[in-house]
Formats: sequence, structure tokens, C-alpha cells
Amino acid sequence: MNSTLKTLPDHNGFFVPATPGGHPSGRRRRDVKNFPREFFGGNADDGHGTPSNLGYGGRYVAETLMPLIGEIEAAYDDARLDPAFQARLQELQRDYVGRATPLYFAERLTEHFGGARIYLKREDLNHTGAHKINNALGQALLAQRMGRQRLIAETGAGMHGVAVATIAARLGLGCVIYMGATDIERQQPNVQRMHLLGAEIVPVHSGTATLKDAMNEALRDWVANVDDTFYIIGTVAGPAPYPRMVRDFQSVIGVETREQLLATQGRLPDTLVACVGGGSNAMGLFHAFLDDDVAMVGVEAAGEGLESGRHAASINGGTPGILHGNRTYLLQDDDGQIRDAHSISAGLDYPGIGPEHAYLHDSGRASYVAVTDDEALEAVALCCRREGILPALESAHALHHAGRLAARQEADQIIVVCLSGRGDKDMDTITRHLMPEEAES
Amino acid sequence: MSAPSSTIDTRETDATRHVSTQPGSRLARRFAALGAENRAALVTYVMAGDPDPVTSGDLLARLPAAGADIIELGMPFSDPMADGVAIQRAGQRALANGQTLARTLEMVRDFRQRDEETPIVLMGYLNPLQRFGEDRFLQAAAEAGVDGLILVDLPPEHGAALTARARDLGLARIPLVAPTTPPERLPALLAQGDGFVYRIAFNGVTGSRRLDIAAELESALGDLKRQSPLPVAVGFGVRDGDTAAAIARVTDAVVVGSALIERLAESGPEGALALTRELADSMRSARIGES
Repeated sequence: MNSTLKTLPDHNGFFVPATPGGHPSGRRRRDVKNFPREFFGGNADDGHGTPSNLGYGGRYVAETLMPLIGEIEAAYDDARLDPAFQARLQELQRDYVGRATPLYFAERLTEHFGGARIYLKREDLNHTGAHKINNALGQALLAQRMGRQRLIAETGAGMHGVAVATIAARLGLGCVIYMGATDIERQQPNVQRMHLLGAEIVPVHSGTATLKDAMNEALRDWVANVDDTFYIIGTVAGPAPYPRMVRDFQSVIGVETREQLLATQGRLPDTLVACVGGGSNAMGLFHAFLDDDVAMVGVEAAGEGLESGRHAASINGGTPGILHGNRTYLLQDDDGQIRDAHSISAGLDYPGIGPEHAYLHDSGRASYVAVTDDEALEAVALCCRREGILPALESAHALHHAGRLAARQEADQIIVVCLSGRGDKDMDTITRHLMPEEAES
Repeated sequence: MSAPSSTIDTRETDATRHVSTQPGSRLARRFAALGAENRAALVTYVMAGDPDPVTSGDLLARLPAAGADIIELGMPFSDPMADGVAIQRAGQRALANGQTLARTLEMVRDFRQRDEETPIVLMGYLNPLQRFGEDRFLQAAAEAGVDGLILVDLPPEHGAALTARARDLGLARIPLVAPTTPPERLPALLAQGDGFVYRIAFNGVTGSRRLDIAAELESALGDLKRQSPLPVAVGFGVRDGDTAAAIARVTDAVVVGSALIERLAESGPEGALALTRELADSMRSARIGES
């Protein structure tokens, strides 16, 4: 399990090209033997005057935060090589989180689509019901190691907030969760749960009152409380080292998947599919397979449709820019102002994407598609009826695309879908859309 | 606290290193003149286009007569993560009324036609600049009569290239120094710094609390002064004449932002100008009888 925290050399936190201007040809790269594993980067001249050699990632934050983030990087690089830290992490992953999660053959979904075999990596079976706890646990242990007594976090769907509040309770640390007022309304069960766990919830009314605004507020809190506070970013975005650190803590998903499939099928999957907001469950699944001949597909939220402009698809409908400390694909207007994201799923409702995904896209190593609100709802219903599993709306985006792929592929092919979370938190939204008559009564 | 310095690419900072207050620049002339008068500069921060282009342009033109020695002009950004609620709201008002980076530069150009001497420093975030095109922006800013840039989310680790290009065009890159900045980071920050140093008074976002720590500041500023020939401005939290005067005694410039923006929102340009006069008067009397 040491491989769960293997990581990469990093220069100023950039995912940099292997060679200056290096840009692997082709959008989809299956010849992965020469893939520059140790160097991620991008080369994204968007035609708007952005220098082409900036790469993705970086540490674009206010000076007040620079020294702190440097401290976190140093502490993390020390911790990840410390056997005692790893042992503690693995013990809690096993006994508290409930890992390893099953890799489940979805027989009746497979039968429905009549093509490739669909496996579900059951992150919904983790304690707190989503993959978010993998990262919250890792960062909270790091915070404790650094002597920080107060955890803060942003949350969209509430799953990351619940995970952080949970770990804070377990470790006896203070906890403040920033959450957009819009999200508080649509994710009530998680809000109540965080209260019960002893966390303070701060509603954020600025901007669109969703995830990006919660992240702005959490950053402000951190700037004002630098001495005792640790900011647990919930996704593979933010200033370096967060994208790398969060990916490392989530990479247990892919490491287990690889071991499980090799053990039961004696082979690797053909395709990995995961939903992408910031993209932490996707990076967690993809990371262990980067060197393998395995296709990877990230599924963005197309909202009401890419052409409607009301979506959260940063790669399919955005351009490179700088937000929340890193350079990556963003939804933005011609003046560089960040545009509102829209998705039925609060967890995907973010106008950016982790910088490593931006790199994987540009290099062609992974591909990124988009699935609409309606298609995700369809997948929720299908997964409930055919597998008896209620998926989170986020995960349902990945399920829908996996269905599309499976139908086109042969029965001897294998698709692994990251079922990143369970859908209990979405029952209000799902009921309103799929069973409006019940919602009214 | 050892990691940050290790991530600074010293090759880049050495390549761009020069000790400079850009003699002959508007900023240098202004600080020299204030030094001769033995008083600190009042730096007023307003958001370009707040609440609308006409009001904002008019306010800008009248600030020098009310006592502003240097004008800091905010470039609105949708997600100003290091600013407090007053400045965020100002940016939202400006954006809602159609402010763009091009219009902000146009405002400076208009101002410059009437005022040749008051330095203008643009403050904002990197994304709108990159979208506009960094080189195109620097060129346009220099042509419009901008004197310097404060880029909140561009640390020296990422700033060397932009700083070099800005210097070629005579634009000062004003570094932000925070209370959290360890001594070993200062050389890298100052190596990319021109014009003056902006010392953040305390850890927090703009405008988030009152400042009554002039004495504490004094020792911190001493360290900074020993390492840099640049004038030092102190900001974040200056809300009234007494605070401004207290800080003016220990520093070269006092930045007032959120208080001014709140006054503008509450009582319009006349209110903002009245506050400017009040602050300028307090600061003028601050050093009298001391030396």
C-alpha cells in the first residue's frame, strides 16, 4: 500500500511539460509506453494571448498564504515518507473508513446495455458515503501532525463537509465548514449531519452562493486565521501542493481497483470512467493506471446542455485561466471574469477543474465528455431499478457515459466506473425531477 | 518555514534584480516631494467602475484635490479571494454596470489628460490580465499612463517574466509583504519590487478589522527598511483619521481602501471625498512637532 502515496517531483507546483513546448500528438494516446509519467504539463495557447508555456497548476495565491502553503508542502512531503504516518493512515482507512471498498460486477446493468462488462468501484460504501473521506482523513492527520487545532473546508454537495466534520470529531479538532447558501438549501440532510457532528456551518451568500464562493470564503478565513488553522481542500484543485496531495490521498481508489481486477479477472480494465467536477475521484481512480494501456474518461456536467451555456463543463466548454491558486481550464467570459457553473449535482457545480486533468486532456492521455442533468437523472433511475443501488447525482454522470460506452463495446471488454458516492443526499432533487407527483404531495 | 524559499527560482530573480525606485518616475517624484514636506502619502483605493463608469471616472478626477497623493485603482474581478466583502461588492457593482479591463485602462487615459503628476497604481488579480493578454495589457497600461501594478495572486515564484516586461515599459511592480512573510522570503519579493512596498498590516482580508497596532508595526517596518530602499506603504484596515495619522508617523504611505469604498456606497462621491479630506488633514498634522 506504499504506492498509495507515491508522488511526483514538482517544480513550483507546476504540472510541467517533459520538454519545453512538448505536446504529445493526438487527442487520445494509447501508446503509453513513453508517457512522461514524472512530468505533467500543458501547452494551451488559447488564442487570447496566454503564454503557451505556463503549464497547469502553480501557486497563484496572496502573499499572506505563500509561507503557509510552503509549510504544508514541507510537512506533507515529510509525512508521506514517514512509515508511522502511513501506518496510522492505513489503519484508519481500514478500521474507520471501511476500506478496501468492493469492486462490484454490475451484472444487470451490463445485461441492460448488452456490451462491455461494467464494474462499479463502490466508494459509496465508505464511511460517510463517498470518496471524500479518503482525502479528509489524510489531510486531517497531516493537520494534527502539524499541531493545527482548527480545520476549515469548503463544500458543495456537502459530502466533503461531512467527511471533514466526521474526521474532526474523530480526532478532536475544531471544524468550520463554508457552504454556499444555494447548496445549503438543496443539501439539507448533509447540513443537519454536519451540525450533529459538531461542525459550525457558515452560509456563503456572495457570488452565486455555490462551491466556488464557499472556496473564496474558506480562503479568506485561512488568510485571517493563519496561526491555528488548516484548510482541507476537497478536490484536486487549489494552489500546489493541494492537487498532488489530494490526488495522492485519493489514489487508493485506483490502487485497489487494479489489485482487485487483477485478482478476480487476471487483467486490467479497458476503460475507466469517473465524473469530474474538480475531479478528485477521477484522479484517484486514474492515477494507478497512467502507465497502463487503459483508456480514461472524465465525465463533466453538461447541465442543461453545452449549447445552453448553463453547464459546469470546464474542459468541454471552458478555456485556460487562473482561479483559486492554480492555472487550469475555467468557465470564464471574454473579460476573464469567472462564469457561473450550473449542474443539477451540487458536487459538480464548479467553474474549474483540477490542473492535472487539464494536462491529461491536452496531452490526450485522458478524454473528457459531458453528460446533461436529464441524462444523469436517467442513470440514477436505471441504477436503482437494475442494481438496487442509489448513486449520487455526481456519480450518475459517470454511469450514464459508461452505459453509452458499454453498448458500443464487446462483451469481453471491461469498464470500471467510480461510483463516487451514494444518492441519499440527493433524494429531494431526484424526487422533484423523477417523481414530481410525490414531491408535491 | 523553510519550504517557501526553496521554491523560488533564484536564477530568474537574479536575472531581473536591480535596485530601483525608477528615478524620474511619477512615483519616485511623488515620494521625493512628500519627503521634502516631511509627510506620508495618502494612497486611496477605489474600484474602477464602482458604482458606474461615469461616477467612478468623476471621483477619480477629484481625488487628488481632496488630498490623495497616490491613487490605487482596483480592477474588478468576480472572485477576489484576498479581499473583504466591501471590495468584493464594489467589484460586483462595477461588473454589473459593464466595467471591463479595457474600460479601466480608458479611465486612466482620461485621468492622465487632466493630471500629469498623481501616480496611479492598478491593483487586481491575474486572470483578467491573462485573458486580455499579458503583453497587450502591459503595453496598454504603460501607454494609458499607469505607473505601477499590484497583482494580488502573482507571487515572485511566478512573477519574474511579467516583472521583467513591466520594467521594460516603466511600470513598477509593487510587492505585497505580509505579516506571515518570513525574513528569508524578503529578498525574492524585493528583487521583483519597484515603486514602493505594500506592507499588509495584519493577517486577513482587506477591510476586515480596525488597526490600532502602529507600535507593533514599527519594529516590523524597521526590518523591511533595512533590506529595501523602497518607500513602504501600510494598508488593510485603515478606517479613520486617527489610525491613518498613527500609521503615518511610522511609514511612508498609508493605504485606505475598504473604508473609502463603504463611504462611497453609503453617501456617494461627496462622502468619499469628504473622508479623503479628513484622512489627508489628519495625516498632515501627524508629524508636526515631532522632529
